[in-house]
Amino acid sequence: MSDIASRVKAIIVEKLGVDEAEVTPEASFTNDLGADSLDTVELIMEFEKEFNVAIPDDQAENISTVGQAISYLEKNVNN
Amino acid sequence: MELKRVVVTGLGALTPLGNDVSSYWNGLINGVSGAAPITHFDASKFKTQFACEVKGFDPHNYMDRKEARKVDPFVQYAIASTDEAVKDAGLEFDKVDRNRIGVIWGAGIGGLTTFTEEVANFVKGDGTPRFNPFFIPKMLIDIAPGHISMRYGLHGPNFSAVSACASATNAMIDAFNYIRLGKADIIITGGSEATVNEAGIGGFNAMHALSTRNDDPKTASRPFDKDRDGFVSGEGSGAIVLESLEHALARGAKIYAEVAGGGMSADAHHITASHPEGLGAKLAMNMAVADAGLEYSDIDYINLHGTSTPVGDLSEPKAIIGLFGEHAYKMNLSSTKSMTGHLLGAAGAVEAIASILTVKNDIVPPTINHFTDDPEIDSNLNFTFNKAQKREVKAALSNTFGFGGHNASIIVKKYHS
Repeated sequence: MSDIASRVKAIIVEKLGVDEAEVTPEASFTNDLGADSLDTVELIMEFEKEFNVAIPDDQAENISTVGQAISYLEKNVNN
Repeated sequence: MELKRVVVTGLGALTPLGNDVSSYWNGLINGVSGAAPITHFDASKFKTQFACEVKGFDPHNYMDRKEARKVDPFVQYAIASTDEAVKDAGLEFDKVDRNRIGVIWGAGIGGLTTFTEEVANFVKGDGTPRFNPFFIPKMLIDIAPGHISMRYGLHGPNFSAVSACASATNAMIDAFNYIRLGKADIIITGGSEATVNEAGIGGFNAMHALSTRNDDPKTASRPFDKDRDGFVSGEGSGAIVLESLEHALARGAKIYAEVAGGGMSADAHHITASHPEGLGAKLAMNMAVADAGLEYSDIDYINLHGTSTPVGDLSEPKAIIGLFGEHAYKMNLSSTKSMTGHLLGAAGAVEAIASILTVKNDIVPPTINHFTDDPEIDSNLNFTFNKAQKREVKAALSNTFGFGGHNASIIVKKYHS
C-alpha cells in the first residue's frame, strides 16, 4: 500500500469512526461508510490539509469512494 | 379550556459538584464548593484562573467518537444529563406516542468553544476560508434540542429558549405551558452551558464580572457577603422531564413535584446591570405566584439568582422584601451558586432541580462562604448561610435573571393527588 493510500485510510478511519477493514478501495463514503454530505466535505478538507493540495469543487464531486480519493491524490500530490 | 396539571417525572444533572443528580444533591446539602483552578485551558495570563468546571467527564461514555467530535461540549453535556433524566423517568419510547414528546432547551451562549477554535484557525491562516462543515451546526444553540430529538426519535415541539442566564427557566416555563395547553404529553427541558474557555473567561473578565480571588477559589463565590467580588464561572447541564399529570399517572411514573406557575418580565433598564430596586424581578415573581394560584405566604423557599456580584446581589433581596413583605423574613432563601458557580444559561436548570429536591426532601441547601454581613443587605432575611436547614417546603420559587434585563421565575410545589 502506498504512503498516500495509508494516510487517506487513516483519515477516513479517524473522521468516520469506522474499522480499517471496512475502508476498501471500492467503499463509498456515503453508501458504505455512513458519511453524510457534511462528512464528505470534511473528508475532502482533511485530504487538502494532509497533502497540502487544493481540490476544486468540480473535482471533489467525483471523489465518492476510497479508491477515487487515493487515485486523485496520487495524481495530484507532489511528494 | 381547562389547563392540564404538569409534574416532574425525571431529573438528570452534570454539574461542578457531581456528574449525576445524587452526587449533585449531596454536594449541595453538604455545602461543597465546586471551584478549582481551571484545567480546560492555560489561564495563567487571565485575571481569573479558577472556575467551577465539570470534572471527570468523558463524552465517550455517552456517544461514540464520531458523534462526540461533531458536537460542542455544551451538547455533550446536554446529552449526558438527558440520558440520566430519561432513564430516571422510566421512559420506554416504544410504549408512548413520540409525536407527543418535545424538547425545549435553554443555553445562553452555545458553542463558544467551537466558535473560538474555528475563528482562531481562520485568523492563523492566509485568509483562505477553511471552515469545518460542522462549524455552524456545532455552534448553534438550538442544535442541543435537535440532537436530543434525534437521539430518542422525539417529534414533538422542539426549540431553544435564549435569555442569557434566564434561558433554562424560560425553557421550562415554555415546556410547562405547552403541556398545560395540551400541545405535548412530555417535554424534556432544562439547559446546558460550556463556556469555561478563553473567550468565556476573558470576555467576562473584561466586564469585571468574575471573582479574581485566585488565592482561594473555594470561597470566591460568596453571594450576599460584604466582600463578594464577582461571580465564578460554572458549566454543566440539567435535564428535567415534565409531563402532564394524566400521562404520568397512566404509565405509573414516579412524581417528584408539581410545576405550579411561571413568571417572566424585562427590566427595560440596562444591558447588564439589574434594576436597582429589582423592578423586573418583582414583576416576574409576582406573575409566577399569581400563575400558580398561590398566596405569597405559600412560598417557603426561594432559590436566588444571587451570583455574588457586588451590585447584582443588592437588588434581589429588595425585590423579595418589596413583594413578600413580612413573609420575606419567614422564608428560607439561598444561592446555590455559592457552590456550583454560575452556570449561565444552564443555571435555571440545575437550580430548578435543587428547588424540586428541596420540595421533595424538605432540606434547604445553603448559601456557603458567608463570613461578613453586608450592611446594605437586610440581615433579618434567612439566607440559609453556610449550613443546610431542615424545614417543610411546600412550595419553592427559583429566580434567574439574564443580561438584557430578562427575568424568569418558576414555582414548584409538593404533589398531592
